[in-house]
Order: sequence, then structure tokens, then C-alpha cells
Amino acid sequence: MLLIYCPYCEEERSELEFRQAGDAHIARPTNMTEMTDEEFEAFFFLRDNVKGLTFERWRHLNGCGRFFNAARDTVSDKFLTTYKAGLPKPDLSTLRPATEATVETYEATESDAK
Amino acid sequence: MSGANRIPGAGRLTPAKTARFFFDGKSYAALEGDTVASALLANGVHLVGRSFKYHRPRGIVSAGAEEPNALIGVERDAARKQPNVRATVQDVFDGMKVISQNRWPSLAFDVGAVNNILAPFFAAGFYYKTFMWPKQAWKHVYEPQIRAAAGLGVSPTEDDTDHYSSRYAHCDVLVIGAGVAGLSAALAAAKTGARVIICDEQPEVGGALHYDKSVTIDGQDGFTWAQATAAKLARMENVKVLPRTTAFGYYAQNFVGLNERVTEHLAKPDRKLPRERLWQVRAKRVIIATGAIERHMVFANNDRPGIMLASAARTFLNHFGVAVGKKVGVYTANDSAYEAAFDLKRAGVTIAAIVDSREQPGEGVLTEARSLGIEVLTGHGVVDTGGKLRISSMSVARNGGGAARKIAIDALLMSAGWTPSVHMFSQSRGKVAYDNETQRFLPGTYAQDCLSVGACNGTNDLQATIEESLAAGELMSNASGFTASEKLALQGANAFAWTGGMAGAAEGAGPDTTVKAFIDFQNDVCAKDIRLAVREGMHSIEHIKRFTTNGMATDQGKLSNIHGLAIAAETLGREIPKVGLTTFRAPYTPVTFGTLINHSRGDLFDPTRKTPMHALEEAQGAVFEDVGQWKRAWYYPRAGEDMHQAVNRECKTVRDVAGIFDASTLGKIEVVGPDAAQFLNLIYTNSWDTLKAGRCRYGIMLREDGFVYDDGVVGRMAEDRFHVTTTTGGAARVMNHMEDYLQTEFPHLNVWLTSATEQWAVIAVQGPKAREIIAPLVEGIDLSNEAFPHMSVREGRICGVPTRLFRMSFTGELGFEVNVPADFGPAIWEAIRAEAEPLGACTYGTETMHVLRAEKGYIIVGQDTDGTVTPDDASLGWAVGKKKPDFVGIRGLRRPDLVADGRKQLVGLLTKDPTVVLEEGAQIVADPNQALPMTMIGHVTSAYWSENCGRSIALALVAGGKAKIGQTLYVPMPDKTIAVEVSDMVFFDKEGGRING
Amino acid sequence: MADLANRTLPLSGFHGGSGAASLSVAAPATRISLRAKPDAVSALSGALGLSLPTKPKTSASANGRHALWLGPDEWLVIDENEADLMAAVALSGVLHSATDISHRNTAILVKGRGADVAVNGGCPQDLSLTAFPVGACSRTVLAKAEIVLLRTAEDAFRVECWRSFAPYVSALLNEAAEDAGN
Repeated sequence: MLLIYCPYCEEERSELEFRQAGDAHIARPTNMTEMTDEEFEAFFFLRDNVKGLTFERWRHLNGCGRFFNAARDTVSDKFLTTYKAGLPKPDLSTLRPATEATVETYEATESDAK
Repeated sequence: MSGANRIPGAGRLTPAKTARFFFDGKSYAALEGDTVASALLANGVHLVGRSFKYHRPRGIVSAGAEEPNALIGVERDAARKQPNVRATVQDVFDGMKVISQNRWPSLAFDVGAVNNILAPFFAAGFYYKTFMWPKQAWKHVYEPQIRAAAGLGVSPTEDDTDHYSSRYAHCDVLVIGAGVAGLSAALAAAKTGARVIICDEQPEVGGALHYDKSVTIDGQDGFTWAQATAAKLARMENVKVLPRTTAFGYYAQNFVGLNERVTEHLAKPDRKLPRERLWQVRAKRVIIATGAIERHMVFANNDRPGIMLASAARTFLNHFGVAVGKKVGVYTANDSAYEAAFDLKRAGVTIAAIVDSREQPGEGVLTEARSLGIEVLTGHGVVDTGGKLRISSMSVARNGGGAARKIAIDALLMSAGWTPSVHMFSQSRGKVAYDNETQRFLPGTYAQDCLSVGACNGTNDLQATIEESLAAGELMSNASGFTASEKLALQGANAFAWTGGMAGAAEGAGPDTTVKAFIDFQNDVCAKDIRLAVREGMHSIEHIKRFTTNGMATDQGKLSNIHGLAIAAETLGREIPKVGLTTFRAPYTPVTFGTLINHSRGDLFDPTRKTPMHALEEAQGAVFEDVGQWKRAWYYPRAGEDMHQAVNRECKTVRDVAGIFDASTLGKIEVVGPDAAQFLNLIYTNSWDTLKAGRCRYGIMLREDGFVYDDGVVGRMAEDRFHVTTTTGGAARVMNHMEDYLQTEFPHLNVWLTSATEQWAVIAVQGPKAREIIAPLVEGIDLSNEAFPHMSVREGRICGVPTRLFRMSFTGELGFEVNVPADFGPAIWEAIRAEAEPLGACTYGTETMHVLRAEKGYIIVGQDTDGTVTPDDASLGWAVGKKKPDFVGIRGLRRPDLVADGRKQLVGLLTKDPTVVLEEGAQIVADPNQALPMTMIGHVTSAYWSENCGRSIALALVAGGKAKIGQTLYVPMPDKTIAVEVSDMVFFDKEGGRING
Repeated sequence: MADLANRTLPLSGFHGGSGAASLSVAAPATRISLRAKPDAVSALSGALGLSLPTKPKTSASANGRHALWLGPDEWLVIDENEADLMAAVALSGVLHSATDISHRNTAILVKGRGADVAVNGGCPQDLSLTAFPVGACSRTVLAKAEIVLLRTAEDAFRVECWRSFAPYVSALLNEAAEDAGN
């Protein structure tokens, strides 16, 4: 069970109090009705599902109730940082630790065995 | 006497404190403090189980949690039975019933042992290659047979009558393991004032001090020091000492699961105490002090009862006072086993010989063996053993071949060296590193804030362990912000420095042999099975593990991992670190389901939510249905009525007179602020600017994709205050949906949301006499049609308490919904009933509510819609504001597919035979005579018998449905095909006049 | 019909727990959910007669009235003397939202040397006096229910929950309290 730092409560709390809420930094366009089908598709349906660093929204549902953003590594499951809703993406270079611990994966073991 | 093999004066148990227990029905004597294993051995019982696959007789191998063989069932009564308990960790209690496993009809004569003779057919991967044909036979013949024959233990068939507890705990330093290393670390940490939790899986702290009698610490006997230290720690406010507590799982961010066995060792446990307690510990820092596990030697027939780890024999002697044999052999590749021989010899046991695979054992142990008159055969191996249900001999030969000498023995102790117990470290996602010099995997790269100390960190020397652990205790406390006022120092000494050890097959079990030299006793895996796996093409250690089952299941490779790896490496012709170690997985040892579930049983499995009027409805005989976590009154049967009759009566009564309905579970959200209307404009398809205070409107909410998400009536209480209602099931997610948009998309709006679902008890009064019923109770509200028209809301009082009174209807009748503060709900419910029942009205439940709304064609979101329905599809296009510049879903609604022809639309269905009620979910076709598979054009979403219409009615989603009104369609069922006519959605009071009373 | 109808309180008469942690149901109180932006805090504080806390996890109490910080713009205000809180804040004259939730919530009082252990039977927060001192408060979870936790003394907590969750919350606390002395 993860600990998540809530930028509003200013402390780490148990994952049990939070809910994930999808990708971050996808602003709802103000010109909704003028969007082409392709633009709407890109806005609403298409997501990258990245392996590695991802920006996502969380809600401190059973806490302060605030939605906030997080930079998280989908491989290690680690939160690199969390920040208040509405703030810009943090600088990537400051997020990554200098030496990234490699995570043992099945693929890695397999390729090693070959 | 507590067993013939108990040696007077040996061990730490008290001879006067006796207990009796039963093993397979036979009574045995034991001492308090015995484990089942030590007590059986004291009575000369070595045969305790049959092996998993071959049903070979098996005995006790270890004295701890690493035990692979001695798995037993423990029974208290019919409900309290536990299979697969390790005999080496289960305390004996008076009157205890212990059952051996995996044998039939008896332990000594086991029919399944035929598998041993057929062993050539049961090689590794056997299951994967056999039983593949014929296909049907797997389900009906092979699987049931295999399941009956294989498997360990039998689970109880009755409900567990014990209870289990759980708690979250936080600490600065969690110490896993309370041997020399753990206790030293805990002591140093505790002295700084840090919050410390120290746990150990054994009943008493001490770890290796249980058997190593030669240790002194701080001038005291080691074991005595350990107990005194634990007692000292337990007295400190900032320390929690947890014996009988296994750290079974190490998860992210120093979250560690502990399983405390609270009453399992007691003859008559206080039933108020939980049997086990789950600790969910969040530690700022973790110190891993889990010691090392001795490896067995891999040689031919190394699994006979009486063959055990050298340290285990030493534990049985030095802690339990039990000699494991009268004439004992030792087979080792390591110095430590010598000390077992010395201790036994000094206790009067004959040591037949020490067989050492090495040419050059440590000088110290060799000298001591000579002075005790023990024969040492260096450069030799045990190449076979004899004996049926217990070992009777070992065959010893010089390394490299030559004639074997048979030596009679009744126990054989073995040691191939020590494997640092890196399970917890590995579970923490730390990466182990192979130490070439000592041929061990040791903690390498740390992934979390933890440190390994002592034997699990590869530190052998006692004083070095103490110093490392004290330093770690202090360091980890410093990291949590605590500092020591004084440096701690402890002096430790023990008899010998140990060297040596080997991994893989020993003499006579090498690649050219076919002997059964077991590496994993629990899963019946031999050295040759690993080689076969490699020959069959398994080159990854993870594949080898799964092909052979080595180190799988509850064992998690405690004894077998390193041997299996060494043999795989040798066969592959690669170095051990290149082959890699398999992942250690939680749990370290099995955890009962009871512990994992803990409080979440029965009523506490999930919250059951009841409305304020629930008790009254129950007293009235209501039958309840589950709606999410809510219990809702479903119908109110009167004497002699079944559900159908009750619902028919309720339906008729509401339309003829009136009905009273508990609508409290409807979601309610208070939307407050100067921008409230503007916010609702964005959330709903409707327009809210024009709604005057005191009026209500039915609103539809979409997701951004244009599909209906929820609906409900919204009342404007004031310019800046709306009372929003949602569906019962949608309350929480609608609140989340609205908060999401408000906080992240429309944060500029001055408006706030508050859930008020449970603030209000809601009593719907519906029917021609609704006004007459509530009129005498209401104060301050003119109830006339003119002053209080349909879709209005007023604030006033009812029975003297404040009410938000809604004039609205989900039945098509004149209707009111009385909202009162929840505590007043029961009193108002009773007051309304008292007015209503003399007029002939009745209470009605959710089933009647469903029928009545279907008669009027009112949809239920989630029943008549399924997440792919637009407002137009549901004939609710009128509720979409055509001139609105924006609302959630506005663009989604314009997607090509959502405006295309042929969409499924909600329509009514009338069966040609009016007595036939369709089934909800039934598929609809245009032509019942078409070839299979038929083209389905829709499905039934709601279907009821309507007593008011005198016929069945249904709603359905049908492709191009509105254009098909008047046409005949078909609903094929297994036994018949039902012809239906498509109609509009309103079946009763098509003109809608009744709503005005 | 002007007689005030009888109130039926959730968990009426409930008592439970153990020697280590006793449980009882709190007396009825008035409560509002108060929402406002930072610039309204001072006027609202004046209207309520206590200063609304602006630091996470803190509360303010005076004369049986408590204001609990739940979020950056959200407070739970409880008045044990059942004063009309809606009327009080209405006089503040500043932009805010107040919703009466007196009957939505109910409260269970946990008291005794094992009170923290009892609450930790289902609540994952660190309840040591350092991390959760007297006066600390938080919306959090108790197993599968949402609660608002307020520490009223070193050995006492007020556990607020929605009324329909009260049987679950009290039963869970009861089991945990029975084990809290061990």
C-alpha cells in the first residue's frame, strides 16, 4: 500500500484515502462545439498509456477531497512528486533520481537467460 | 516422563510442567514449551508425514519455519481445524489433537506410496505432458483424481468460530527478527527514544541462541541475555515486542504485514481474544535481522525420517532437552555441524561418525572432535541411506568412488552451509548480489529505507554482528530524527568461527546418476529433475522453477533455492550469478484467511446502510432488497399475499387512493453559491437560468461522450441554492463527477457542493388523495394546485418540524415528497400513515415504484440505459438545451455515431398475448424464422405485469425503434417465441392529467 | 399539529467497547458544512466566535463549538449546545456556503488508554500524539466507511460518520476496542 503526499494536507497519507482519476494536464477545451471529430477524439478518447513517467490525477477522496496531480513511474509504481491542480508540469530533470534503480522484470530475466 | 528421548538436565523446559497431546489418535506426553516436533521426537516419533508427490515417508527436517516436511493438521473441534501447520513452530498444548497429512489409510501404510514405485513416470513436467488426451477426461477423470491424490491437508468444512483482529501501527524503526542482531538493533534504536516494533516468529526471542549454547553476551549466557533484553525492551514505553509474530510480507514504502498468533498455543484460549492479529505496520525505517537458514546436503535418499539439519538437532537438544537419536551420524560440508555432534556427544549420545565432504575442515572443530573421540571421515560422502520408516544406516564412501562402508545409525544430521535469509530484503524489491568468495547471495542494492544486519547480511562473526546491529539501530533512529545520548556497547563471544559450505548435489548424486537426491522436500523435487528441466529446454531459472515446482508454494525455496540454482548453473555450464535467483514472494510463511479478512466478516463484511424509517418498515413486515449498500423496502406483503399479489395491490392502491414510499436513499447534493445556476448549466443538459426559486426541473447529466450518466429532479431553494437529487446508486459517483468538473475545469465559479443525502428522510406521498393526507400535517405551505403546482418546492413545517416539501411525481399521480431532517423521519412517517391508512392508502416498496414509473414510461438510468444511450435515444431530447453554448457532453452528442440513423431507441413493447410478461434482458429479433445466429435488433430493459393496465408492459431498446412503432417484433425464448407490438413508452394516463390531482 | 415530532437518534443508547477503550454515542449536536475562500475566513470566524483553522489537520474549539479543517476551503462546524449555526454564519456578510448536516452525521466517542489502538483497528493514520495531537482532526477512513476523526484528549476521540454508516462504524470500533487492551 502506497503513501501519497497530498499537496493540500501537506503530509503523506495512506493510499486507502485516495482514488486515481485518470491522466493529468488534459484541459477541457473552451471551444467544445467547434472541435472537429478528430480533435474531440484526441481530447477525449486517446491516451498514451506510457511505460515509465506518467502524469495523472488523484483525488484525496476520503481526506481533503481535493483533486491534485502526480508524476508517477508506472514501472516502479513510485510517486516522483505530487502538486496542486492547476499548476504546470514540474521540471522532469529534477524528478528523476540520478541513478535509477533497475526493476527486475520477467522480460529482463528472459533476455538474460538467452 | 515426557518422552523416552528427553535427556535429564538438558534443555530449558521445566520437567514438572507436563502436557498430553494426541498424534493420529495416540496419546503422547510433552512439556510446556514443546513444539509438536520436539514432543514427537522426545517420544521417538520421526515419521510425521508423507511427501507430496511420491508419498515417501518423511520426518522432521528442521526446528523452525523453514520446515518442508512436518506439516500437520491441528484440530480443536469440528470448526477449528487448521491444515499444513509446521510441527516445528506449533506449540503443544494440553489435550491438543494433531493429525498427519497426505496418507491413506494410515501414516505407516500409505496406498499412495505406489507413486514412489511408479516414480519414473512422475518426472518433472509430468503433469504438463500427460493427461492431455482425451480432452473431456481432464475435467471428469484426471483432475478429480489428481486433486484427491495430491494436495496437502484438508480444510475444515464448517465456519471458523474464531475471530481475528487487525490494526494499523506506525513506528520509526521496525526490527524483523529478534536474535542477537535484531535485539541489539532494537536496543540501540529504543535508547534514542524512537518508536520501535520488534517481532519474531518464534514463541521466545533468541533466534540462533536457541541452539548455540556456547554464546555469551555481556557476560551472560546468550539465551538468558536475549530474554532479559526482550523484557527490558517490553518495559519501555516506546517499544512493542511481538513474539509469535511473523513478518510475512514487505510491501511498498516500508509497509510490512505482521501475523501475530495470539492464542494458537493455548489449551483453553480466552474466546474474547482474537486467534490471530494482523499488524499493518508503516515503518519509517526497517531493520532486517532474519538470520540464516541451514541448507541440507543433497545425496541419494536424503529424505528418510531421522535425517535432519544439524542445527535442528542442536535446538532439540539444547532448548527442548531431546536427543534426536541414540546413534547419530553427521554429514557436512561445513564446520557448524560439528558443534551439533559435540553437544550431543557431551549429552551422552553416540556419534557414529562425522562425514565431511571437505578434505580440510576447520582446525578448531577437528581438534575438538578428536579430543571427544569422534571419528571424522574427511573427503568422504554419504552415498546412500537405508531404513524404511526411519533411517537405519548410511553408506559412506571416499570422494570420487570406491567401496562404500555401511554404518548403522538412527539419525543423520546434515549441513551444507548457511543461506542468508534474504526473503524480506528481496520482497522489499532490493536486489541481491552474489558474493563469489562465500558463494552466497547477499543484500546488494537497497530499494527502500531498510538495512540488513547479522547473518541475513552475511555477517558470521558474533561480535561483528552485535556491532553492526547496534550501529544500524542508531543509524536508522537518526534517520527518523532521534539521537542517542550514549553509545551502546555489548561484548559477545562464542566457541568457533565457522567456515565452509557447498551448494548443489553432493557425492554420488551428480549428473551421471539417477538417484533420488532431494533438493525440495515439500515439492518432491530431486537434483535430477533440475537437470531434466534444463535438457527439456528450460534455461531461465524462472522456467526451471515452474517446470519442476522447485521452491514453489508455501515453501518459497527456504532450503531448496540455492541447491536448485547451483545444479541448474552446473547443467547450463554457467556461473551462478548469471543464472539468477528467482523472486521471493509474500507470504514468507502461510497466513490464514482469517487473519487477512480479520474484522470483515458477517455484518462487518461491508457496511449495510438503512434509512431512518427502516425499523418501522421492518416491523410492518416489509421485504427488503439490496440496492448497493442500501436496504430498501421492496414490497409490503399482507397476510397470505405473495410478492405478485402484494405488488398488484400496492400498484392499484396508489392509483386509486394513494401510497407512501420511503425515498430517503435518493442522492441529494446541496449546490450553493452565486454561480450555482451557471455550474448546473455546465453539468446538466438543461438550462437552469430560467428556473425560478421555488420551482423544480427534471435534469439529465451526460458524460463528455454524450451518453446519459444520471438524472434527477433539481429544486431551486433560493437564487444561490439548489437541492439536487440523484439516483440512489449514482449518489457517490455523481458527487465525484461534479466535484471533478468544479475543481479542475470550472474552478473560477463561486459555488460549493455538499452531500446532503443523509441529512433528509424522504417520504413520497403519491396518489389522488396525497394532498388530503398531508394537508392536516403541513403548516405554512398552501398546497393548492395554483399556489403549489406540479414541480415546485416549498419550505415550511410538518408536524412542527422543518420540511422541504416537493410537489413532484415518479408515478404520474398527484404527488409530494416530504423531506425532513433525518431524525424526524420515523415520527413523520408514522404521522403520515396515520392520516393515510384510514383513507385506504398504503405503504409501497421499490417494486411498485418500478411498475408505476414504467406505466408512465419514466426511465431508470442504469436499467433502461446502459452507458450507450443518448437523451434522444431515450426520448428525452426535450431536456437538452438547444441554445446552450456549452455543457458536459455537448460535443459528444454531435459525434457522427450518436446522430446516425438506426440507433437503438427506447420504446414500449406490448405482448400480443397480454398475460405474458417478458423477461428483462431478453433479445429482440425482426424475423423469428431466420437462420441461426439470428440478427438481434435490441433487448428488453424493463418488463412488468401492470395491474392498472390489466396487461403486461415492457420497455426495450430497439434499433430504429421509434420508426417501428406499430410493427410486430419477436422475442425468442428457449421454449417459445413471443410476438410483441412496438408502442410508445406511455402505457397509462397517456394525456397525463392525473399528475394535477 | 404544532407539536414537534419525536426525534429518533441513530445508535440511540449505544454503549460498548472495553476497559481499554469505551464507546458511547455523542449527544445530538448541530453541524454545518462550511465552505469559503481564504478572504472570508476572518468574517466567518467572527460570526462563529472561534477562529476557523487554516492549517491542515487542525481544529479550533470554544464553548462546545468546534471548527474542524477538512480541506483548504472546507470546515465541519459542530455545536454541542445545538446552537443555530446556519443563522450564525448567515450574519457573516461574506461569500460562503453553509449546509445544515446536523442529522447527516452522528458521532461515536472513543475513550480510554487504548482509544488510539481501537481507532487504528480500521484507520490507517498515525495516531501517535506527535502525529495526531489533541485537537488534530481529519477526514479519513475506518475500514470501509468514511469518518471524520477529532482527537478531543490524549485518550479520547470523536468519530463522526454519516448516520447510515453508524452501525458499521460502531460495530467495527467495538471489535477493535475489545482487542485494544491486548
